[in-house]
Amino acid sequence: MPKPLVRSGAVIDGYTIGECVHAGGMATLWTVTHPGIDVPLLMKIPRVSEGEDPAAIVSFEMEMMILPRLAGPHVPACFGTGDFAHQAYVVIERISGTTLYKRLSDLPLPYDEARQLVAKIATALADLHRQNVIHHDIKPSSIMFRESGEAVLIDYGLSHHNHLPDLLQEEFRLPYGTAPYMAPERLLGVRDDPRSDLFSLGVLLYFFTTGERPFGEGETLRAMRRRLWRDPHPPRALRADYPPWLQEVVLRCLEIEPVWRYPTASQLAFDLAHPDQVKLTARAERLNRDPLGVVWRRRFNQGVMQPRAKSDVAAQIASSPILAVALDTVEGTPELNEALRVTTERILATLPSARLACLNVLKLNRIAIDRTLDEQGSNKHIDRLVALRHWATPLKLDESRLSVHVLEAIDPAAAILEFAEANQVDHVIIGARQSSFRRTLLGSVSAKVASEATCTVTVVRPPRMAGDAGGSEMAG
Amino acid sequence: MLLAVFSDIHGNRQAFEACLKLARAKGAERFVLLGDFVGYGADPEWVVDTAMELVAQGAIAVRGNHDQAVNSSAETMNAEAQIAIEWTRGRLDAAQRRFLAELPMQVADGDRLFVHSEASSPQRWHYVRSTADAAKSLISTPAHVTFCGHIHRPALYSMSVTAKMSSLVPKTDVSVPLLRGRQWLAVLGSVGQPRDGDPSAAFVLFDTVSCQITYCRAPYDIETAASRIRQNGLPHWLADRLSQGR
Repeated sequence: MPKPLVRSGAVIDGYTIGECVHAGGMATLWTVTHPGIDVPLLMKIPRVSEGEDPAAIVSFEMEMMILPRLAGPHVPACFGTGDFAHQAYVVIERISGTTLYKRLSDLPLPYDEARQLVAKIATALADLHRQNVIHHDIKPSSIMFRESGEAVLIDYGLSHHNHLPDLLQEEFRLPYGTAPYMAPERLLGVRDDPRSDLFSLGVLLYFFTTGERPFGEGETLRAMRRRLWRDPHPPRALRADYPPWLQEVVLRCLEIEPVWRYPTASQLAFDLAHPDQVKLTARAERLNRDPLGVVWRRRFNQGVMQPRAKSDVAAQIASSPILAVALDTVEGTPELNEALRVTTERILATLPSARLACLNVLKLNRIAIDRTLDEQGSNKHIDRLVALRHWATPLKLDESRLSVHVLEAIDPAAAILEFAEANQVDHVIIGARQSSFRRTLLGSVSAKVASEATCTVTVVRPPRMAGDAGGSEMAG
Repeated sequence: MLLAVFSDIHGNRQAFEACLKLARAKGAERFVLLGDFVGYGADPEWVVDTAMELVAQGAIAVRGNHDQAVNSSAETMNAEAQIAIEWTRGRLDAAQRRFLAELPMQVADGDRLFVHSEASSPQRWHYVRSTADAAKSLISTPAHVTFCGHIHRPALYSMSVTAKMSSLVPKTDVSVPLLRGRQWLAVLGSVGQPRDGDPSAAFVLFDTVSCQITYCRAPYDIETAASRIRQNGLPHWLADRLSQGR
């Protein structure tokens, strides 16, 4: 192995080394500059000398493979890599500010602050999972925030990329990672389930809202293994004012079996964005851990955690999308609403973990001051929520998969687009423009949504009746 | 330089043509042929002639067990393969047979090794079925990347300096960096008789500068390849299995 070439002032592949800003157990971080790159840069150098942990090399190899293929605001941009033949390094964008680790002295955080924080992290995780990467080391010191607000996930040394060789697969006999945050299935060697990250994020949310780590700080394998059968104390047992919806979210993330957790990070982010829509189950009110009988069954029943089939990250995400159906409960014809329901039902039938958001736009007047009450004095907003639920009833969806939203906006298309963007909706289902003079004047909502959405849009028309042909319109 | 590597063509002209066309379109500058040019398929003459031309233009080629069986009855094969080889023998002329007989068992090209079955004992035609098989091959060579075929199912193995293995079923069209500092065994799927459930023809592209490998698939006219097998009186299963990719 060649001697490290790294010192202040040295130049490696055009990068001029500045100062060492961090010296960790696995790597050192240096500021660097490069002509033509005006972003602040960091060079990460692995510790590879004699006597160092071999994990440092393997982790670094994983980062060298994964970082250059990541993109978007939730990861540090990667500018270059150098391999072990010469001088191993990765050059990444330097994110200003500090990691979430600095917040530990402020814990517990106010519930709403923690909710917003974790929602941003869930959004970042969803983006990472969509890029076929499972982080596997979600913890406060792996999380930063951009000035624009987005969470950035750093440190990919333990990560798994579904399309790349997993060099950590055989490297260590013991699971490698940060003990308090590690998902139970990781202790069994499972590295390809994105829901492991949701467990870690659940640990973080629990910790940030109670000030306690749900599984303590035990680093021994024995201490870690307890989480395979022992559930944590419900947060309400620690803080009497803990909101039921928040406990529902936390305990769902911390389910021992991955299949009982949220199917995707997007769905977790959705619940955090709409706490009033979280479907409360028995989890929400619990004050005690599972009775010992349940714990013993889990511990000694070999069938509890079956070895699972290899999972495909992309396939799992694809099977658990967020659908949004936009309904006009007031002016939409029964035929169109029925057609929307049939289409929605067909799409849901193939996607057992999809969740459905039913949207209705309460159009506001541009000039006049809007009144919440209609001519008969009933609350328009509540009426529409009721109508949406009524429309969705025949779908027989579990409450945890359904939510209803009335958006108040001047421009319905813009409101639907904004909702889809903010909630990482994967598929919008919307009725086509109906032929009425007023609609022609106003322009078509569905056309705007279809052309401007960043996700898939299905435009639905009622079945054509015989003799209808002349009256039908082209694209709605 | 971008290498295109093909293995187990097995006399399937339609599949080989499709792979060559796609590889050229993707910018391949040099070709490597990992053996088993003949056997199973109905166009051994065309495939061998094409291989001879490519070799004359600088391609690397190594010998497979079916190529060896053409010139030697000592190779033991299953019944269908045996029928196909005997049929093939009658189709090839002396020059074509000599080309196959003179193919090397393996070729080292820089820090790359090309071999039909695996590197530990190429003449024994062992299959790489597991990480243990892959480790045996990797330990026996200093090469950074070994390319082989023979098993007709794509896989990518690596071994660290501490002999820890990783394995991957490669995803089509996703390039994987073959990091220096560890050794790699790239097992190719088959051009002419894929057996991994995907009936399209398999090959790989390898960039010698960036050390990135990309497993590729080329759809081809399976109907014609299969009907040529049937028309020539070869066992029907050899035709049927093409559309099933097994």
